[in-house]
Formats: sequence, C-alpha cells, structure tokens
Amino acid sequence: MSGVRVQNLKKYYENVKAVDGIDLEVRNGDLVVLLGPSGCGKTTTLRCIAGLEAPTKGSIFFNEKNVTRLTPSDRNVGMVFQFYALYPHLRVRDNITFPLRAQQVPRTQIEEKLKQVVSIFQLGNLLKRKARDLPPGDQQRVALARAIVRDPSVLLLDEPLSALDEKFREEMRSELGSLQKRIGITTIYVTHDQREAMALGDIIVVMKDGVIIQRGSPEELYEHPQSVFVGHFLGTPGMNFVNVIYRNGAFYIDGTNQNIQLKNEGLMKRLRPYEEKPLIIGIRPEYIEVDIKSETNGYLTITVLTIEPAGRFRLVDFILGEKIFRARVNWDLSIHEGQEINIRFREDKICIFDRQTEEALIS
Amino acid sequence: MKEKNVSHQVMMRHYGISDRTFMLLFILPSLFILLFLIGYPFATLIRSSFYSFSVLRTATAPKFIGVKNYSFILKDAATWGRFLFTGKFVVINVAVQFLLGVGIAYLLQKNFRGRSVILTLILMPMMLCPVVVGLFWKYMLNTDWGIVNYVLQLVGLPKVEWLAKESISVYSVILVDSWMWTPFMILLALAAFTAIPKYLYEAAEIDRASSWFKFRHITLPLSAPVLIIALLFRLIDSLKMFDLVYTLTGGGPGSATQTLSFDLYKRAFQYFYTGEASAYGIILLMVIISLSLVFIRYLNRLAAQNSGR
Repeated sequence: MSGVRVQNLKKYYENVKAVDGIDLEVRNGDLVVLLGPSGCGKTTTLRCIAGLEAPTKGSIFFNEKNVTRLTPSDRNVGMVFQFYALYPHLRVRDNITFPLRAQQVPRTQIEEKLKQVVSIFQLGNLLKRKARDLPPGDQQRVALARAIVRDPSVLLLDEPLSALDEKFREEMRSELGSLQKRIGITTIYVTHDQREAMALGDIIVVMKDGVIIQRGSPEELYEHPQSVFVGHFLGTPGMNFVNVIYRNGAFYIDGTNQNIQLKNEGLMKRLRPYEEKPLIIGIRPEYIEVDIKSETNGYLTITVLTIEPAGRFRLVDFILGEKIFRARVNWDLSIHEGQEINIRFREDKICIFDRQTEEALIS
Repeated sequence: MKEKNVSHQVMMRHYGISDRTFMLLFILPSLFILLFLIGYPFATLIRSSFYSFSVLRTATAPKFIGVKNYSFILKDAATWGRFLFTGKFVVINVAVQFLLGVGIAYLLQKNFRGRSVILTLILMPMMLCPVVVGLFWKYMLNTDWGIVNYVLQLVGLPKVEWLAKESISVYSVILVDSWMWTPFMILLALAAFTAIPKYLYEAAEIDRASSWFKFRHITLPLSAPVLIIALLFRLIDSLKMFDLVYTLTGGGPGSATQTLSFDLYKRAFQYFYTGEASAYGIILLMVIISLSLVFIRYLNRLAAQNSGR
C-alpha cells in the first residue's frame, strides 16, 4: 500500500485539454474522491494514475517512486471500471482469480486468496456463474473482488456505483466505505455524484474543465466553498445565490428595494473593503430561517412559490432578486403556497463571492 | 398476437389472400429453380450411383447393380490413398492458413501508418479467379524459367522443382492455396478481434496479464465462434480442392497431387465411369456433411455456453 502523488499532470488530446495541470496528494490509506461534472477530466486523471493513458506532461509517484513511465501492470494498481469490464465468458471464480493466474501464483495460494475475498463480498453462491449473466450489483462486487484479490498498492474506482439503481447504490456506498476503512487501502474514487463524494471521501477534490477547483474535507467544502461553482455543485439542493451591493452594514439586493441588515460586527469589519462593490452572497437552504409572524424586525418578506416535501423537511421555493431560492423548513411548519412569510439568513453561514470572478471573498 | 390478427385481416381485405399464401407466392419461383437445378440432378445422381453406366456408351443400357459401385470404391486401395492424401492436404493446408491468418490478424489489430493500404493489398488474392491464380503461379513456379527459381538463384540457392517433384508438389499447392485464402482467415479473425471490447484488455492490463495470457484467455475464447466458422469454410473448401490442382499440376506428377475431387473428376470426365463417379460423389458429400456437422455442433455448444446455459 502506498500514497499517491500527482505533480502538474497534463493530458492533451488533439484539441482538447482533458487535464490541464493537476497536483494531487493522497495519503497512505486515505480515500480521495475526484468529483466533478462529466468532461471535467476526473476519469482521465484516474486513467493516467492507472497507467492506461500516458500523460502529456507531469509525473505520478507511488510512495515517492516515479511511476509515470511504467505500464499499468508494473504499477500494481487495482481498478474497478465504470461498467466493471468483467471478462464476460469467464465464470465469477475465474474472473476473480484472473490477476493471480496471470501472475502464475501457485494454486494453493490462489484458492486461499479466493476464499478471503469471497467471504468479504459474500460471493460464495455465484462462483460458478458466468460474469455476463450477473445483475449489475453482483457484477460490481465481483469487479471489486477482482480488484483487491492481489493486494494492489492503490485502488482506483471509476464511478463504480453509477450502474446501480438508487436504493442499491446507497447500500453499496456504505458497504464500500466501510470496506475501504477495514482493509485500509489507498483509494482514489471518481464520481459525478456529490452525495457519494460527501459520504465516502476523506478528502474531496472538485474538478472542472481539467483543473482542480477546490479540495478539502467534505465539511470544509460544504461550509466554505471557494467558488460559486462548488457551492452550487455540492449539496442537495445546492447553495442559493443572489447579486447584492454591500453598503453601510447591509446587503442591497439587486433589482429589489429589499436589503439585509447585518448585526455581526466581525462580518461587517471584514466586509469593509468591499463597500459599494458588486458581490454575490450565497446561503445554504438549511441556513435560511423562516418566521411566519406578520411583522418581524430584521427579516425579509417573500412570497412562497411552491412547497416540495423532502422527507423530514420541506423545501420552500421563493424569488429573491430575480433568482429562485430554496429554503429548508421543518416538516410541520404550517405554510401554504402564495403565503407571505419572513426569512432571515444565518449571518455566520453567509458566503460572499466576487461577482466578476465568482470566487469566494469571505466564506 | 392481436396485432398480427388485425394486420392479417387487413391483408385479406386488400388482396383477398392470406399472409401464408402471399409468402408462398414469393417463395415459389425460386423454389422451382432450386428444384430444377439441384433437386433433379441430385436425384439423378443418386439413381445412377446404383447402376453400371457410362454416358459415353448410350447404346449399352444402364444396368442396376445395387451397392456394387460403393463397395468397389470403398474396397479400392487407390481410393483410400486419395482419402489419406486429401486428409493430409486438408490438415496441413487449413492449419497453415489458420495459424498465418490469426497471427497476421493479431499483428494488424493495432492501428499504424499504412495499415489500410496493407490490408487492401493482403485481401487482393482472395478476389482473383482461382484458375487465374493457378495459371500464373504455374508460370512463376516453373522449374526452368519461373521467377521464383530465378530469385532463388539470385540469392545463391539451388533451383527447386516446385511442381515437377512428387514430394514437393503437394506443398506447392498448399503454398498457392494459402496465398489465396489466408486473407480470408485474416479478414474474419480481424473482424472477430475488433469486436472484442477494448476495456477488457485494459482490465487485463491492470490485472497484470502478459500479451500471451491476454491472447489465450480473452482474444481466443471471445473470437472462437467466428474463428470456427472460418475454419469450417476453409475445411470444406480444401476438401473440395480441385481448381488449383487442375491448373497447377493437373494432379501430377504421376498422381502425387490428386485430391478426392480431382480423382472424382477423372473418373467422371476422363474415364466416363458415370455410375461409379456418382457413387464417389455421394461418398464425398457424406464426408463433407458429417465433418460440417461436427463443427456445427461444436459451434452450437459454444453459442449455448456463451448465452450462459
């Protein structure tokens, strides 16, 4: 097992810069998630780490050993492909032992290894089935078993859950997470699903257009997004944003005569340099406080557009400064569509972005 | 089911005839042609195989002799000699073409500069007429003034009696047939190889498999059905080998390159033992059909395996 370090990785195709200068460090035993929309270069990065693609530029190190020029087989990585890439004509048993047989591991050792992974993934009753006859969930487990059966130094997972249906995906997600912790293998996990990333990652690396936008623990990314993109991309639903001008301790919302008067002295102090500057403020749905009394000081009054049930909560849509906002309220709050209600943002949770660069000024 | 009935009724209303009749009407013309061109001659063949009869001696009435034609052929040592020779020819010929074809297809899998040009050139021989191929190879392999021996002499090697020496002439026929038909193996093997998804090789690469291991455990099993069909085609074709032998060696020297088909040709159209040749033809047909059945059964088993049952 080893840590992975990626240094200034670039991968250009004819006219596409798939990966454009990535630095990444994965500590031994960590699970790092590469998260981003499709086409952001996360899979290409993973394939470069696996050795399936030759980088245009940059280096890759496993435990400080430069592996950039090594073939996948010399890197000793385990990988689960998006659609598993099981050998369809082979039985489950032969799929799992394939990497061992390819290395001419002695028979008795193969049997022993097989027994181990079979018990981890509970594949006992599937061993004789052909891989092509398995449902996706079983295929996924076989693919994982095949990836870890020979104790790779690094485990690479390319959207391993995307072919599963929602319910099963959540089960497998937690299974995968606990398995990774149990065997303690350094893992790089690629996904476009932010919920998966939040649930699994020790570190999440958000990518967009071939570069890293932000990296950090799930909490860091959630509470302190460094850009509008990250704030919007993470969370279900994502962060709300509205264009404002800061003036004299208050945010004046563009296109309205409403303003948000601040009370937090510290925040106001930090906002002093941005006086009269065009800003974007962001607030997560759960940090919008709702009061249904008719007159409340320091609150904004808005009209409820729609109400959508979401388990224990309800999501309330309303318009603020030409943008649709979503607030998360308790399930039993008695409101109805068209009602005028009062809202307030939790000041310690407001994120402030530059309107030009959309990057965080205060978050 | 319901839909089918509806369309059926519509059909009835429009044409006054049922689907079934309609289908029959389409099939009938070709059925007649088939019956006329294949059914009738075949029936005649079977019939004449039980008679002592020659088309040259029409004055002598055909005489029914039961299975004597068959027993004569099967007891004749010369026939078994032809069988053995043809068997040897087929095995070597098909093996050479299979190994070369699969090997070259394997090399041609990767994309490289000039690949499509090479591919087109390689496929050319297959498109030529066998008689033409036989004739120009006959000239090229001529012992005294053929270009092949000329080139051999240029590099200081002795002349080879390609077509005139008994022990060599078989291999000359195999050489020419392989020159012509290896491309067919290449083409089918290449098609089979390309149909294998690339990600399986990537997975194998990750699994630290060597090239040979990948070929043995991924390429071969996944392309087996197509390869077997190609093999079957070449096998049947080689068993019937006539045209190249006819043009290249004329079955010679002596009877060194007489395949079963050539033997049959001689009995039927040089000696005009029509009855005997008919029986011979039927025996040949049986051999080819039974060999094909073996392959087809294997193929079916493979298909069943692949669909997981």
